[in-house]
Amino acid sequence: MTALWFTLLIPFSSSVLLGLFGQHPAARRFNFQAAAAAFAASVWLAWTVLQNGPIGGSSDSAGSQFYIDSFNVYLIVLTAFVGASTALFSQPYMARELAAGHVTEKRLRLYHASYQGFLFTMQLALSTNNLGVLWVAMEGATLATVLLVSLYRTPQAIEAAWKYFIICGVGIALALFGTVLLYFAAAQVIPDPEQALLWSELARHSAELKPVVLAIAFVFLLVGYGTKVGLVPMHSWLPDAHSEGPTPMSAVLSGLLLNVALYALVRLKILTDGSLAAHPDAHDPHLAGYLMMGFGLLSFIVAGLFLHRQRDIKRLYSYSSIEHMGLMTFAFGLGGPLATFAALLHMTVHSLTKSAIFITVGHAAHIAGTQAMSNIRGLIRTQPAVGWGLLIGTVAISGFPPFGVFVSEFLLLTATIHSQPWFALPLLLGLGIAFAGLFRHLHPIVYGEQPEGQEGVAVNMWPVAVHLVLVLWLGLAIPGFLAHWFDQATILISGQGVL
Amino acid sequence: MLAFLPLYQQAILSLAAMILFTSFVLLAQNGVLAIIHVFAWQGLLVAVTTAFVAFDSGAGHLYFSALMTITLKVIFIPWLLHRLVRRLGIDRETHSVERPARVLMSAAALVVFCYYVAQPIQQYSAALTRNTIAISMSVVMLGMLMLITRRKAVSQVIGFMSLENGLFFAAVSATHGMPMFVELGIAFDVLVAAVIFGVFFFHIRDSIDSLDVGQLNRLAERDE
Repeated sequence: MTALWFTLLIPFSSSVLLGLFGQHPAARRFNFQAAAAAFAASVWLAWTVLQNGPIGGSSDSAGSQFYIDSFNVYLIVLTAFVGASTALFSQPYMARELAAGHVTEKRLRLYHASYQGFLFTMQLALSTNNLGVLWVAMEGATLATVLLVSLYRTPQAIEAAWKYFIICGVGIALALFGTVLLYFAAAQVIPDPEQALLWSELARHSAELKPVVLAIAFVFLLVGYGTKVGLVPMHSWLPDAHSEGPTPMSAVLSGLLLNVALYALVRLKILTDGSLAAHPDAHDPHLAGYLMMGFGLLSFIVAGLFLHRQRDIKRLYSYSSIEHMGLMTFAFGLGGPLATFAALLHMTVHSLTKSAIFITVGHAAHIAGTQAMSNIRGLIRTQPAVGWGLLIGTVAISGFPPFGVFVSEFLLLTATIHSQPWFALPLLLGLGIAFAGLFRHLHPIVYGEQPEGQEGVAVNMWPVAVHLVLVLWLGLAIPGFLAHWFDQATILISGQGVL
Repeated sequence: MLAFLPLYQQAILSLAAMILFTSFVLLAQNGVLAIIHVFAWQGLLVAVTTAFVAFDSGAGHLYFSALMTITLKVIFIPWLLHRLVRRLGIDRETHSVERPARVLMSAAALVVFCYYVAQPIQQYSAALTRNTIAISMSVVMLGMLMLITRRKAVSQVIGFMSLENGLFFAAVSATHGMPMFVELGIAFDVLVAAVIFGVFFFHIRDSIDSLDVGQLNRLAERDE
């Protein structure tokens, strides 16, 4: 429990501190130190969970508000890790933006306070047991990041931020309506109103919840949290917000926010499945799964096609994020132990790879002085580290062996052929389309003729290297404790394990 | 049939109907200040309904929710918008509604749709709140409709906040409110959102010289 408090309170108090003293020159370093300390706390938390099993979720009032099990513990560590490594990257990056006059000292204060505030809301959303608090944290994440999207104050950035605010605001409002309906269903089963929104309680009583109410609630929750996952057709905020905000923000939005929104959706799917399975006459018991498969596959295909017509490098990779989130949503919807295991692994490797790519893209945009892909050329000659980083990152995200993305996509494909063979066709087709979409742009960027006078910039490629090595490691051998967590989470979600 | 209900429940149902009516008024209203005033009235009606539900059901914490709604939605947010609108010099502006007949007809269709969707849920609810779930869902949908049909930032924000009213009303009518600290968290989020919206008005005006967010279309995917 102590470790959990540290994991939550370090980002919270640093957000307040940076809000007060953020213009101090040491703030940039402090931002990283705080994120690293939070990462250490999260590792401690994971260690405790590994030793003693799940934390919280008990019926007494003190321990009931938080619940850490195998499903969220690794996401907490992942969030803290990506938060820390991106903060390390943000240090020189924001210094250069300051020197170039894109931001002022005052806006850097806002930036740092929001960065830590965002990390806090993510950890709160992951660790809370209360579905109401989960909603508050998700909305808090929008509020913390919306002013970051408009940080550069260009007309495009303002437009992106306004779109982000309105679309995610409405989306998340629908999720609240779904939560109210869920609470309504729960109140008839769980007499104590303080307990009726606790996920662990709801999961215990899920078979008694009224299936008609749950089915309607899940539709609202899917559209609501699905907006934050970036599912087509609620995705239009995502490429804008990712491309116009500062690059460290794009890295954490893509690597963390989308994951956490999907996590929320899966928690709610477990409840819906539990209720529908107990009353097979009311609805199709796989209703939630079918809905997720539909939205997931649509996002996967549409985003893959949109990859081909992008001109901005950050927009390109944000569409790739939509594509991968669609793939994960499809996998969770498909259900079954193998697909679920694949989706859990994919959440991890996608988050690591995509944040590494965004960090590299940030460097590439600094080298070329623009985000327009037609003007970014010959990176591998100008600065081999950045060129190779982008190349390897893109190879990994496209699903080439031996990287982790390959393993998860292969597992998913196997599971699909096993249970719904016809869906393997659009999956393979979509993977091919996405691969072509990424590489047709990537090739000239990395190997093209370098413009005259293009010079390298001081970069810190350590975060990228560490992320990609981890992805490679996960592709070759998943460590035992992680596989154990994945398996436990798979049992929780789909009813049986794979190991 | 309504006449057999106790007086308080009749009052709650009439108030719910009036909340829905204010949603329609919001959709059709033109003047900026008038929109803000109607929004404040809607907030007040929601607060009064909440107080009645609290009295009828004996759920004491709902009085506090009602008070919070009055402070936030009847006083603070309308005051903030009033001030912003005057500082931006757009208080005499009118935001004409495009194709008002079509908007109002689709609003009516949405209300019917919401009653249809809420049908299976309502059989489980207490007699008191049977109609109000569908009404709160309608208020949410009409708020969304307002967001879609309006082009000016201020009206969009009012649409958003009115949607929020619908959510709060849903929580009150379906379940006698959410647990207290969840409700506090939601109120805090609304408060922060209102302030950030205010900041955005100035940013948008600085960037496109008006608050017509219809002009924010640089980033759309389009063919060259």
